[in-house]
Amino acid sequence: MSKIKMTANVIKQDMIGPDIYSLWILAEEIEAQARAGQFLSVYTKDASRLLPRPISICEIDREAGALRLVYRIAGGGTREFAGYRAGDTVTVLGPLGNGFPEIAADRHAFLIGGGIGIPPMLELAKELNCEKTAVLGYRDAQLFLKEEFESYAKVVVAAEDGSVGTKGNVLDAIREQGLIEDTAGHLKLPAGKAVKQKPAAPVILACGPTPMLRALKAFAAEHRIECWLSLEERMACGVGACLACVCQTGGVDAHSNVHNKRICKDGPVFEAGEVEL
Amino acid sequence: MTDTRVTIAGVELKNPVMTASGTFGSGEEYSEFVDLNRLGAVVTKGVANVPWPGNPTPRVAEVYGGMLNAIGLQNPGIDVFARRDIPFLKKYDTKIVVNVCGRTAEDYIDVVERLGDEPVDLLEINISCPNVKEGGIAFGQDPKAVEKITRQVKDHARQPVIMKLSPNVTDITVMAKAAEAGGADAISLINTLTGMKIDIHKRTFVLANKTGGMSGPAIKPIAVRMVYQAANAVKLPVIGMGGIATADDAIEFLLAGATAVSVGTASFFNPCATAEIVEGIESYMKKYGIADVKELIGAVR
Repeated sequence: MSKIKMTANVIKQDMIGPDIYSLWILAEEIEAQARAGQFLSVYTKDASRLLPRPISICEIDREAGALRLVYRIAGGGTREFAGYRAGDTVTVLGPLGNGFPEIAADRHAFLIGGGIGIPPMLELAKELNCEKTAVLGYRDAQLFLKEEFESYAKVVVAAEDGSVGTKGNVLDAIREQGLIEDTAGHLKLPAGKAVKQKPAAPVILACGPTPMLRALKAFAAEHRIECWLSLEERMACGVGACLACVCQTGGVDAHSNVHNKRICKDGPVFEAGEVEL
Repeated sequence: MTDTRVTIAGVELKNPVMTASGTFGSGEEYSEFVDLNRLGAVVTKGVANVPWPGNPTPRVAEVYGGMLNAIGLQNPGIDVFARRDIPFLKKYDTKIVVNVCGRTAEDYIDVVERLGDEPVDLLEINISCPNVKEGGIAFGQDPKAVEKITRQVKDHARQPVIMKLSPNVTDITVMAKAAEAGGADAISLINTLTGMKIDIHKRTFVLANKTGGMSGPAIKPIAVRMVYQAANAVKLPVIGMGGIATADDAIEFLLAGATAVSVGTASFFNPCATAEIVEGIESYMKKYGIADVKELIGAVR
């Protein structure tokens, strides 16, 4: 495993939602090592904007050696990226971070994405070889990536404005449809009681805004469900040196020797019980 | 043959390029991109006598041509540092400069004493961090305090002492002279300039700490000016830093009077920056037929 900084060719770019762009780049050296849940540092050409933008990997095309980045315009740097067209180049560093864990084939994975936390769940949906339900939270009826998820998983949608699916957030959808309670129910059976068709043990894998992740962490703890969260924070170096993007941990971290882990290097995916949100 | 060696307080560096404290960890993360053997020295992230958790996030913000940071000197404490980070750096043929931070004079002395038996080449005393409430810059903005803490550290240090100065002062030469009067072996400057960024959409401060230290190419002219002033005010060797991103930048600092330079924020946007600057200085020397890099130091007056 090594991180590679390279100039990649842009294969294509499309706007797929309000201010949301899908950028395919040719980056074989990075693709060869990349996995779901990892991210790239993407550098602007405008030298007044120094710091790389951390953007998660949405999809990996193993045959083409290509990576797909789906991001929202959040400022001048991402606005520059949105202007790239086929034939342009972009400098990237990656793959960074640890990615999502492997999930056994007899599990039921709930892939939960909120807003711009949806994209990294798509490659995970492709890679996982188990029962999968994607719960996708949107602002409104502009459902970017939804159809693509449907190729790999059962899809449940929540929209904040109630225009489609469950009105509210991903947890509202989970509760309204009794999604995880049903499968978690077997955990509460008295010991030794035979179950004919034991439901697959659920596991939550999620990326999205911190309030959503906080609610999922509490939900998972309450129902004693394994839960993995992909976190986000402002970063500088992206490789674990600068200590900008830390998150708080319950225990003392072995590297920092304080209650902090580095999201870029030790994460961005953490077991929910490990981090304080 | 070009001679790139420079000497700081009796310690010979193979070239004048060092890392800037806080931007390079203890070298491990960047060793994937840079052969640490190529560097004159690695200056570590500041270490205190006990672990420090640092500030809340967000800790960084981008600004035009630079960035703000308010990490707050998060560090694992001297015990873990000495057990893990010094042995890591000893594997490389480069000099080790340990940056020392503290809240009180006793804290600094504690760390300095514990480093006395360690294979460390130089100590850099951070009296200029703008992001912590106690210690840090509180020692660095009053010439009497600079002189006093320098003397206290010198009384307990086995290795030569570099005092790292703050640019957030009216007259840098006063601080440089105070460090010299206190017995410093060298000075390094500049640390970051205190800045602020406000998010006009959320109407809040971008950094949780409200203020942060500004670094990056945008501060370079200020740093060059201060290095020039300090180098002409004291007899001590000066380590220059502040916005160095290329060999050209580094050479500017040497010409202004720096004996060595530190590369900081540049590593964030170019992980190979330090090694590229070493090569760039050699190319510059060849181009202009300069046999000894020391010919460049303070050559512009």
